[in-house]
Amino acid sequence: MNIVVCVKRVPDTAAEKKLDPQDFTLDRDSVEAIINPVDEYAVEEALKLREAQGGEVTVLTMGPDGAEKDAVRKALALGADRGVLVKDDRLHGSDAIATARTLAAALAKLEFDLVIMGSESTDARTSLVPQALAQLLGLPGLTNVKHLEVADGTATVQREEEGGYAVVQCALPALVSVVKGINEPRYPSLKGIMSAKSKPVDVLSADDAGVDASQVGLEGSGTRVLSATARPPKEKGVIVVDDGDAAAKLADFLQQHKFI
Amino acid sequence: MTELWTILDHEGGELRKVSLQMLTAARGLAPALGMEPAAVFAGAGFDRAKDALAEYGAGKVYVAESEDLDRYLLQPTIELLAGLIQERQPGVVLFASVPAGKDLASGVAARLGAGVMADVVELAADGDRVTCSMSVFGGATQTTCQVAGSPQLICLKPNAVVAEPSSGELTEERVDVTVSDGAKRAAITDRVQQEAGGRPAVEEASIIVSGGRGLAGPENFRLVEDLADVLGAGVGASRAAVDAGWYPHQHQVGQTGKTVSPQLYVAVGISGAIQHRAGMQTSKTIVVINKDAEAPLLQMADFGVVGDLFTVVPALTEELRKRKGS
Repeated sequence: MNIVVCVKRVPDTAAEKKLDPQDFTLDRDSVEAIINPVDEYAVEEALKLREAQGGEVTVLTMGPDGAEKDAVRKALALGADRGVLVKDDRLHGSDAIATARTLAAALAKLEFDLVIMGSESTDARTSLVPQALAQLLGLPGLTNVKHLEVADGTATVQREEEGGYAVVQCALPALVSVVKGINEPRYPSLKGIMSAKSKPVDVLSADDAGVDASQVGLEGSGTRVLSATARPPKEKGVIVVDDGDAAAKLADFLQQHKFI
Repeated sequence: MTELWTILDHEGGELRKVSLQMLTAARGLAPALGMEPAAVFAGAGFDRAKDALAEYGAGKVYVAESEDLDRYLLQPTIELLAGLIQERQPGVVLFASVPAGKDLASGVAARLGAGVMADVVELAADGDRVTCSMSVFGGATQTTCQVAGSPQLICLKPNAVVAEPSSGELTEERVDVTVSDGAKRAAITDRVQQEAGGRPAVEEASIIVSGGRGLAGPENFRLVEDLADVLGAGVGASRAAVDAGWYPHQHQVGQTGKTVSPQLYVAVGISGAIQHRAGMQTSKTIVVINKDAEAPLLQMADFGVVGDLFTVVPALTEELRKRKGS
């Protein structure tokens, strides 16, 4: 079974993030970058399936130069077989749907039974890409999956829903987005890190990938950012040190604000 | 007149609170855009939704009732909505910014080549455009955005708007539902409800009580749950608590968990690493209970208690119970 895992390079979750004052895109150079933490669960799920059933795991991303080192090679170090990076200045500023268009074009050139990705990235956090990508590929989009089994060409998943989960069955090919906690991602071994350096990574331009350049980037996106401002600092609140009456004072506060 | 649609979020006809909030927002926004509000009900159980729709002034409702929409995953509803939008050409379509609503919105956007905004907390009219405000990077930055072209697809976050009833006649327009074979590929074979005690999910809750490492063990989440129950709140957890296996990860608030902005957020035994603040700092009112006076989260508290949570929290729960009873 061949699996493509879509990953994203994101700013470190512990870092303060800034927007470029000119075009309001994320200033990706000012902060330490990592592979999107939720994508590590997607990589793990793909590796587990390959170990059980054979096949190849390809890791796909779109992004600037650093995306190869910080995202693709990280996934290769964990055990993925090969990588594809779509890199083109014309992709800069693509919104979620334009990103899905780019990934869909690149995926159309790959052979796969299953696409796995994280349910969200820790930077933009819109969760819009997986279902949009599924639509563009004409695949069932099984989003927010917390348990995945594949047998005889059919995926059976548990999908998180409000207050519980749904069990969904679907013949492959399909797209699955996984939530944090679906598995316990492995750490890269030293051998994995060393061998990742020699694994093949195809770097494609938008044209190579077959992307319609008028439908991506800042101009080709269906959304526009008008302004971005730092949130004003919060006014200092009341702090009480408990002398036995803090609970009563807090109850007063909650009552004044009509929470009870 | 061009219409502004609200895609109702419901469970078998039981409307979620965010649907009433969207109806309220739509009513306020439509006149300024020169549009007329209308709602779309897709799924089974319309009869159960009728009273609430009338009470919250839904006006015109397109009713696409079919068991098939609930039997297969998302795709039949995405195709239905995309078709209906193409046919009726609404100017703006509001979805709930919850996982299901975002899936519908992004699926429809991809099918129609339309633009879509997620996680919107404020809507304002600017000509025929809707200016959307949202917080990014865990609330550190506020942005305003617009969707280019038409329709403008917008996902509104729960609790961004206070739902207000409004009178007016409810009119139904029935819509035929046909489900393509291609849309039947992902079949729902079972649904399992897990939430105990009827607590609201963290994404929807207008009050959240969260617990962290300070609880010292999974058994002490009971203190958080008891306080949550007296406040009618949802229960959240910090990454440290979730990673330690003390509480299920669907409850995690933070950069790798849920981003929430409830009316009230109560943090119990959470020091407030940037990872956690990123998930809750847009909460309207923040209460922090922590034994460490240096805990970063106390900096953003509207009301902070420096004290032992094992005495303060049970005392608070008891006090609130008493006051509610009187």
